[in-house]
Amino acid sequence: MRQIVALADCNNFYVSCERVFDPSLENKPVIVLSNNDGCVVARSNEVKALGVPLGKPIFECQDLVKKHLIQLFSSNYTLYADMSQRVMSTLEEFTPEMERYSIDEAFLSFTGMKFDLTEYSRGIRDTVKRSTGIPVTIGIGPTKTLAKVANKIAKRTSELRGVFDITDHPRIEDYLAQIEVGDIWGVGFRYAEMLQENGIKTALDLTKANDAWVLKRMTIKGLRTVKELRGEPCMPLELAPPPKKAIMSSKGFGIETERKDDLKEALADYTALAASKLRRQQSLCSVIQVFIQTSMFKAQGRYSGGISVRLPVPTSDTGVLTQAAHQGLERIYRPGYAYRKAGVMLIEIIPESAFQPDLFGTTLTSEKRLNALKAMDAVNARFGRNTVQTAAAGTLKPWRMRRARLSPSYTTDWDELPVATA
Amino acid sequence: MKRKKGLFVTSIHPLEKTSKHQIPLYLSRVPAGFPSPADDYVDKRLDLNVHLIQHPNATFFIRVDGDSMTDAGIHSGDLLVVDRKLEPGDQSVVVAALDGELTVKRLVKKNGKLFLASENPRFKPIEVNPEVGVEVWGVVVHSIHNVK
Repeated sequence: MRQIVALADCNNFYVSCERVFDPSLENKPVIVLSNNDGCVVARSNEVKALGVPLGKPIFECQDLVKKHLIQLFSSNYTLYADMSQRVMSTLEEFTPEMERYSIDEAFLSFTGMKFDLTEYSRGIRDTVKRSTGIPVTIGIGPTKTLAKVANKIAKRTSELRGVFDITDHPRIEDYLAQIEVGDIWGVGFRYAEMLQENGIKTALDLTKANDAWVLKRMTIKGLRTVKELRGEPCMPLELAPPPKKAIMSSKGFGIETERKDDLKEALADYTALAASKLRRQQSLCSVIQVFIQTSMFKAQGRYSGGISVRLPVPTSDTGVLTQAAHQGLERIYRPGYAYRKAGVMLIEIIPESAFQPDLFGTTLTSEKRLNALKAMDAVNARFGRNTVQTAAAGTLKPWRMRRARLSPSYTTDWDELPVATA
Repeated sequence: MKRKKGLFVTSIHPLEKTSKHQIPLYLSRVPAGFPSPADDYVDKRLDLNVHLIQHPNATFFIRVDGDSMTDAGIHSGDLLVVDRKLEPGDQSVVVAALDGELTVKRLVKKNGKLFLASENPRFKPIEVNPEVGVEVWGVVVHSIHNVK
């Protein structure tokens, strides 16, 4: 059966999330900023029309901001993660197989569907908009790469009303000629210059390139992209098994202790274990729950305390999570009790791919650090748990991150719900 | 050391979206060979999430501020369960976007057109028109009132 794939992606996702709960932002220029409110990480169409590029430091745009009354927001990851989950769950109902590609994009399998896929996609679009308030664009093609091309064309052509099916299109070559090589998924700016120098300027040109040459200059991944542009599927949907929704790590101590430092060490240990499990399933978490307790079988001196600590940005960084666990411990620790057991539970787990750090990599955990953490996991897997450990210090102190223009957590905090007047 | 007696609040957690159902295996302890006649009626505990929310992906909680809809049973400070997926009909209570704000209104059909009306007689009904930012945001399904 011939593969048909759709790429559904949210239009200006972060901005769209803000607009759902604040209708006054509709049709106005809006920018969402990266971590520490540094750079432009999302723009509304009105801002795109002003020529502001992604990644531009906001202090360089002050004149434009003042002149056009551009509204600025800090990245509200909590909100975006929840809205993403809603969009993804809604999309999942329309296909037997779906790959969540990023926080706001998914590939849906349309293989074997015998009805009009354009109409079907219009229905999907309407349902997502109606249910979540988020507008999506859908591109359809026989390969993922062509679905991405179709999606781009749908975005550029308002007459298409958000959906375009490029499969077996009689004018497919005209469309491929409209796409610059730098805009092709899998090519990007890395190869764009090299290709332009070799006279390959558009996607159409690239489909006609020599396979051996492509393999040499762009590796096997580049060749797959070229084949996909020609309509030969080379990249199946990646369907991960559902990862664990909560990761718990706790143990009874062999002894009883009243000392906070002992509890801190134990919690650091359990957090390290849980975090490495989290990384192994390529997930991040937003909340860490901490609990401590005495023996519950005695007549007096029983105590059990627990607390949830929310991270401002989803993470799998042992150092960050340990620090959060220790902060939680400060709030629940009571002196004079003989503790027997402690533990942590990581919840609100999302896949790594569902969280996009901003363009400049200023996340809670730099890629370098994440690689270091994964290397630590590998060493510990080979030589035994805790062969390598993090020091309790040395983290980025995320809750000191500047986020001066944060909108409320409209969907995840009882105290920050949207208000409707009556 | 003096230990404080009584109950402590030791943790405050936000209500999680996932519901947990407890399914008791037995209603009573079972001495060998004597099951309780009530065991045949074991059922799962009632879950408010399941009862109140039909479309979880499309359901949002919204706080009300103002008195104009008290005749509809909605009081200032109440918690609304709002479903965006439901199709609103004539006389539905809805949350609407109006003048850039979210507001609670009653949807009224008249002469084939849809209007947003308030129970407040001083508010003139406004025709629904998404192109000028007057549109239905979601249908109010429940209003949760704190009686304490």
